[in-house]
Amino acid sequence: MAVLTYREALNRAMTEEMEKDPNIFLMGEEVGHYEGAYKVSQGMLAKFGEKRVIDTPISENGFAGVGIGAAMVGLRPIIEFMTWNFSLVAIDQIINSAAKMNYMSAGQFPIPIVFRGAGGAGGRLAAQHSQSFESWYAHIPGLKVLAPYTPSDAYGLLKTSIRDNNPTIFIESEVLYGSKGEVPEGEFLIPMGKSDIKREGTQLTIVSWSRALMYVLPAAEKLAKEGISVEVLDLRSIRPLDEEGILASVRKTNKVLIVEEGWNVAGFGAQVAYLIQKEAFDYLDAPIERITQEDVPMPYAANLEKSSLPSEEKIIKKVREMIK
Amino acid sequence: MSQPKTKKETEDLLELYRQMLLIRRFEEASAKAYSMGKIGGFCHLYIGQEAVGVGAISALEEKDYIVSTYRDHGHALARGLEPKSLMAELYGKKTGIVSGNGGSMHFFDKKKHFMGGHGIVGGHISLAAGIAYASKYREDGAVTLCFFGEGAANIGSFHEGMNLAAIWKLPLVMICENNHYAMGTPEYRALSVKDVSVRAAAYDIARDHIEGDEVRKVREHVKVAVERARRGEGPTLMEISTYRFRGHSMSDPAKYRTKEELEKYKQGDPLIKAEKDLVSAGWAQEELAKMDEIILKTVEESVDFAEKSEEPPLGWLYKHVYAENV
Repeated sequence: MAVLTYREALNRAMTEEMEKDPNIFLMGEEVGHYEGAYKVSQGMLAKFGEKRVIDTPISENGFAGVGIGAAMVGLRPIIEFMTWNFSLVAIDQIINSAAKMNYMSAGQFPIPIVFRGAGGAGGRLAAQHSQSFESWYAHIPGLKVLAPYTPSDAYGLLKTSIRDNNPTIFIESEVLYGSKGEVPEGEFLIPMGKSDIKREGTQLTIVSWSRALMYVLPAAEKLAKEGISVEVLDLRSIRPLDEEGILASVRKTNKVLIVEEGWNVAGFGAQVAYLIQKEAFDYLDAPIERITQEDVPMPYAANLEKSSLPSEEKIIKKVREMIK
Repeated sequence: MSQPKTKKETEDLLELYRQMLLIRRFEEASAKAYSMGKIGGFCHLYIGQEAVGVGAISALEEKDYIVSTYRDHGHALARGLEPKSLMAELYGKKTGIVSGNGGSMHFFDKKKHFMGGHGIVGGHISLAAGIAYASKYREDGAVTLCFFGEGAANIGSFHEGMNLAAIWKLPLVMICENNHYAMGTPEYRALSVKDVSVRAAAYDIARDHIEGDEVRKVREHVKVAVERARRGEGPTLMEISTYRFRGHSMSDPAKYRTKEELEKYKQGDPLIKAEKDLVSAGWAQEELAKMDEIILKTVEESVDFAEKSEEPPLGWLYKHVYAENV
């Protein structure tokens, strides 16, 4: 099995799909000559040429709209947002055009498009460049929202997204690009709406996804040494949501902690908590808990940034309280 | 443009007049149905602007694409969409052009390359650039025509779409139907320029500006832009000056403008102009009246069809939220 970085896995997924289907193109700021602000599209311009790997001006609303228009007539664009923070100036196109076009046109115009790019917090980038938008996009019917953690999941889910006939919001954590993991040889796809148990456990389930797992998994490891068995469920797919997977784990462990990098109020974890109390209330031995980013714009100071985010320490402390 | 001289020219004008009259009568029937509570939502009528849509769309070929705004009834009829299915859509019936999912602002017809009425002012301009982009990508020779009002000329999507179309030399014709009011705001209070088409200079693309009261003149000018686009010479920004005789939508009494102003523009009614030209070219008034009768009947039939059609079944509520993967 090959060990790839997260960015290499994404690159492999796009390259393989583009080799198969001439209708697919990659468009965004710096994706071509610069080979990607985060080097996800390294080598792709040389391989596919300027027709299919297209540099755009700084113009998110414009090129998001161009992608959607092209998808209306059967092309299958991959639109890279340098970071999801910049998607906000394109949000009218994503919500009012991409998400609703198939519905408004009674199925005449499906929009097979992938919007992808770096999301989440990291690197002391401060308030305007450190934000998690999974909850925002998951709120919109018509969109699918994915946030993979491992290189293998990134590969399998990106391929599925490219082949899907709906607009997909594919959020890559910017601190994960260099992370390494085993990616099986040969082509494989991972279905949307299927979570993955990243660690088996019996006493408590932690539901999480994307970069927050960087804190969750080591925390679970340390807790195991104290004799506390934590199951870690990686959602991977936020919408569609693997409701059965979540409920099965909760029925097994009877306790749930949800850890997300996004803000607390109206965060996606609240939706997961609602699902659990509605469908598995009788299985719960403790109130559902959440650890999220603090309800503040991201501070720049290193200590404040760290304190605003979920962390191993916060998770360990919370789990100990819940297990008592 | 001068009056038609030959029989061929006269017949040509007659056909364009017929299309304009169909729009006028369809809109009058829509207004009536709206007043009776049969049509919901907003209902933006095209009355007064018919020469723009009919003239512009008649310059296109079947393979070309049209992207429209929330004021899309006229453009749809000019493209040859069925009055019955359009009226049924206004009524929210299952027989509507988009099965009651869209209503007045969201007519779509894939077969006719009618790429939708879009409800967010100016948001559709970058979509139009995307459709034109696909034509260039595939080298299919099609041109995309995008309509918008002068109110949309101040939104980011207009500028971004125009810049992208310019740098990529997309086969796009952008038509600003300047009817002088963005809802209740007159253009002089909102636009930094008196003529939207001068903004083409900022993007180094072709421009044009005409009055939109003569349908054949509109077609001639749009044709020039369409041919330019088809030759691969890039987009054109046109302003076609026009006037809506009704309010912004059916719920707007249009108190921000004077009766005198309205009367002045009514003198330039494109239908009256075309009718006068036809009569002075020798067409009998009675024959025109006969044509009107036939059109009125067509429109009545569309209303009747809409009235009698069923509402969409409740089971369709979740249909089409997601496209199926085949």
